[in-house]
Amino acid sequence: MERILRARALVAGSAEGPAVVSRQPLSLWGGLCPRTGEIIDRRHELSGEIVTGRVFVFPQGKGSSTSSATLLESIKAGVAPAGIINLKVDPILALGSIVSDELYHRAVPIVILSEEEFFSIKQGDHVTIEGDGTVKVRTTS
Amino acid sequence: MSVKLSRQDERLLAGRQGKAARMAMRILIRMGEVLDAPELMDISQAHIDGCGLLSDTGLEFAETLAAGDGRVSVPTTLNMGPLDLENWRHFGVNEEFAAKAIRQANAYTAMGCIPTWSCAPYQGYLTPRFGQQIAWGESNAICYANSVLGARTNRYGDFMDICAAITGRVPKCGLHLKENRKGQILLRLADIDPGVMQSNAFYAVLGHLIGSLVEENIPVIEGLDVEASSDQLKALCAAAASAGAVALFHAVGLTPEANSLTEAFGGNEPERVIDITFSDLQRAWSDLSTAEDKDKLDLVVLGCPHFSFDEFRELAGLIRAQTEKNGKLHPDVKFLVISCQTSYALVQRGEFLDKLRDFGVEVTLDTCVFHTPMVSADTKVIMTNSGKCAYYAPGELDVKVAFGTMADCVESAVKGYVYREEGLWKES
Repeated sequence: MERILRARALVAGSAEGPAVVSRQPLSLWGGLCPRTGEIIDRRHELSGEIVTGRVFVFPQGKGSSTSSATLLESIKAGVAPAGIINLKVDPILALGSIVSDELYHRAVPIVILSEEEFFSIKQGDHVTIEGDGTVKVRTTS
Repeated sequence: MSVKLSRQDERLLAGRQGKAARMAMRILIRMGEVLDAPELMDISQAHIDGCGLLSDTGLEFAETLAAGDGRVSVPTTLNMGPLDLENWRHFGVNEEFAAKAIRQANAYTAMGCIPTWSCAPYQGYLTPRFGQQIAWGESNAICYANSVLGARTNRYGDFMDICAAITGRVPKCGLHLKENRKGQILLRLADIDPGVMQSNAFYAVLGHLIGSLVEENIPVIEGLDVEASSDQLKALCAAAASAGAVALFHAVGLTPEANSLTEAFGGNEPERVIDITFSDLQRAWSDLSTAEDKDKLDLVVLGCPHFSFDEFRELAGLIRAQTEKNGKLHPDVKFLVISCQTSYALVQRGEFLDKLRDFGVEVTLDTCVFHTPMVSADTKVIMTNSGKCAYYAPGELDVKVAFGTMADCVESAVKGYVYREEGLWKES
């Protein structure tokens, strides 16, 4: 079954991949290894997961403004998530992706969903993000 | 939502003033959309934090802007960088790291930034004035500029800061606008002895407590009616902006947008009221340390944020008192003071630099222990009088940390183990 959701495209672009889902905010600085794509915040529920090539669904970024640089580094290294779906706007994450787009012409699309739709995406769902903010969710199980 | 552009914005966007200005304007406009800003606005000063951390992409970004004829259009100071530019060899920094750090420094100065390399820019050169619209990076400096000086800045981090400096523009939103600077949470200092408020440690402890209580809301402190010094307010801002994301606080009767409680809240009612007691402060004091009394001490770090002339002088007085009773720096302890060239220039004209050096104090300039690899791997326990340093050291440097007064730090450096004087803070 495929559901079609309407998101606000914060950083526009298209992406596709399996969803990796958390209900906890994450600081990418100290939380995402920009060389391996692993979640390295050992207090985080996704600790040890690899986000590379997956659509990363988590409520919002938090903490240090250095998270912009972490996202930029991970995009350059080719280990960034395919796309990011958040509940709340985090300018620090958006900046990392926008600078990457300007510098390397490669961005990670970031979209914002309403609460109900955000929580409807489950781990392992196949998610497609389109340039206009359309999000297609296919439940695999 | 699209951001309305001025004629000058359009010129920059069209590349009339070079590739760097075009890229900076594109990033600002896209961030304006993210932030729902209706338009951009002028700033007349900038302070760059993005020059601090060394990463390959950060270096590439700075060099791309510099090579694209990037020039700052407003007076722009630099935060500490990743290297003590004169003395890095003395501190054992490797050549490859230093070479990249020097390239990054050169990229920022080539763009016209003033090489202040200071994380206390409000104590040095080009202090902003009340109401001035600025684009500042560095969390403690942002908090100080907004709260103590009454200048207006949002929290600008890496990349945005230099884009603002090149274009002289920022998205019009947040703390740049008066209506967003009203207090939200009332913090009442209940039973704090005025004598406690005179002590330097009080400000770091209060900042740490406030940061953990209010997160990123705007607190209004009632009852802090003292003549606090610039260094004391520096300590408060640094701790509050580390434990929480405090970019602005008001203190009734002390800070310039809070002549009264009504003014501080802009006519609104507080969303929450919290009473702060002395036992809350004692808990915050304990929370700043992960090391125990009597732990063997490896390193004292002072100057987070960068040491001022007054702080050097205070340290010299404490060291003089030690040497008069034959106290010497313990052979297993290193004693490091972090500062910037502007303060150090004054210290060189003072009469106490030799006393500091004779005792064994090492001074590093332009950088800090978190951004340059100068704390040796065998360092297990450090001691500091800084709430910010105490907050970040365990995670960033993988050490245990003891928070104490400057006098405690000197006494511990002589004893070779963590020592805090009985009295004010220890819960009995």
